[in-house]
Amino acid sequence: MIEVEHLSKIFNGRKAVDDVSFYVGKGEVLGFLGPNGAGKTTTMRILTCYMPSTDGTARIAGYDVFEESLEVRKRIGYLPENPPIYPEMSVESYLDFVAKIKATPSSRRKAQVDKVIEECSLGDVRRRIVGRLSKGYKQRVGLAQALLNDPEVLILDEPTIGLDPKQIHEVRSLIRNLASTRTVILSTHILPEVSMTCNRVVIINKGKVVAMDTPEGLAAQMKGAERIALTVDGPPQDIREKIQSIEGVTGIHSNEGGTDAPYSFTVECRLDTDLRPVLASTIVSQGWGLLEMRGVSISLEDVFINLITQE
Amino acid sequence: MQNILAIWQREIKSYFVSPVAYVVLTVFLLLSGFFFFSYLSQVIQATMMQAQFGQSSQPIDVPGIVFKSLLQTTSVVLLFVIPMLTMGLFAEEKKRGTIELLLTTPVGHFQAIAGKYLASLTFLLILILTNIITVLPLFLYGEPDLKPMLSGYLGMFLYGITLLAVGLFISTLTENQIVAVMLTFGVSLALFVIESFSAAATGVAKSVIDYLSVMSHLEDFIKGVVDTSHIIYYVTFAFVGLFLAYRSLESMRWKN
Repeated sequence: MIEVEHLSKIFNGRKAVDDVSFYVGKGEVLGFLGPNGAGKTTTMRILTCYMPSTDGTARIAGYDVFEESLEVRKRIGYLPENPPIYPEMSVESYLDFVAKIKATPSSRRKAQVDKVIEECSLGDVRRRIVGRLSKGYKQRVGLAQALLNDPEVLILDEPTIGLDPKQIHEVRSLIRNLASTRTVILSTHILPEVSMTCNRVVIINKGKVVAMDTPEGLAAQMKGAERIALTVDGPPQDIREKIQSIEGVTGIHSNEGGTDAPYSFTVECRLDTDLRPVLASTIVSQGWGLLEMRGVSISLEDVFINLITQE
Repeated sequence: MQNILAIWQREIKSYFVSPVAYVVLTVFLLLSGFFFFSYLSQVIQATMMQAQFGQSSQPIDVPGIVFKSLLQTTSVVLLFVIPMLTMGLFAEEKKRGTIELLLTTPVGHFQAIAGKYLASLTFLLILILTNIITVLPLFLYGEPDLKPMLSGYLGMFLYGITLLAVGLFISTLTENQIVAVMLTFGVSLALFVIESFSAAATGVAKSVIDYLSVMSHLEDFIKGVVDTSHIIYYVTFAFVGLFLAYRSLESMRWKN
């Protein structure tokens, strides 16, 4: 649905986007992840025909964003970083205006506006002036606007920014619902959001793609070792020695709290070996109390920090 | 077409929700009324003087003189008013980020410009209408010649569409409305006063200056002469302004 090939954008000699390529299939939700100034907004602006690329091509639904901009614009819904609202209009008249400029036939306009008001739960404020709404509502008005033309492709620049936790939850489930019939690209720097809403992640830093995979895949990539967290009631020194001697253990790190009993620590072991049964039986046979044992998974946050600080 | 209409409608509404429309209309009406009154009293005084000294060989055309003077002054007032009508057209969209909405929907550049330009034209027509109301008393108490009036207002409208087009173009260049209003005013004023340089110039330079001046083309209309060459001047000028605005919007999509 979206094909981006070797996209570059140079602003005054500075490369904002540098040779970015990715592909998004129909019905996929792609998360665009990166620190501030990584080139997320620029990439999205190129995809929405707002600005041209310096080099490379991008196609949406088979249409080139530069050559066949009109066809592309008919098929996308775009929520820019700052919701593009006219503060003096009411929610309803604003959405009606956007429906008109998106060439919605007048017979379907009313129904379409009602539908997006319903979808973005704006019913309570439909007659209020947009400029006086809270940030969260403005954001939802922006999202409603993007949905008006029933677009095949949704491009959302930080859709959950400024929302309260309940609204964030609602918007995420809204995006997941939309994704069943549409292709979505969303940018964010909230990491849990990506694992919750996206099928695939592109991590971008300083204009370059540094990683592209599923959220789980990225986490797996990062795993150099299996980790197990343990809390054991017993003499720390003895425990360390005993566990060190187990085949497959590569290291032990004490957790905060140090060497007090009960002793809590993390065991690192070689990949592809599950040492949990061995650890458990060893501890129990020594007569120590096994208070806690769990596998530690590596979060997307670790992956992200690792990737963008590598260079 | 639906796009142009929608943008036109939104622009008109935004004139009237903001104080701009009311301030502009009030000031314009007050000034028109004041100048109308002041010219009328001056001319009437002159006729009375003439009657007193018995030089009644040539009767003074009171409504004609009042109307001509008023229209000349109105053209100066419009010089201040028009930049206020055009300053926000694109500059405000840029500032608010709504330009991103406008340019990523299927609205063409031409349609965006047309909708906005028509909205400012509509407001200009409203201003001209209020000016017509101001001069109506001339018909109550006299028999003014209708032809110079009609041609005068036609000239005023053409003069207006030219300045509006210049203002619209300048509005696409900046996201700051103060910059837009000052630049538009400066350029309009330059086109207005350029005439005063024509006395010092000679040859080709003189004719170029005479041709460029927005005021010199208006004079004939106020006198009651409708000359096609003047109409062509204004329409061409407006067209150039709109074309530059179109290119300016388009340049945002140029590859650098």
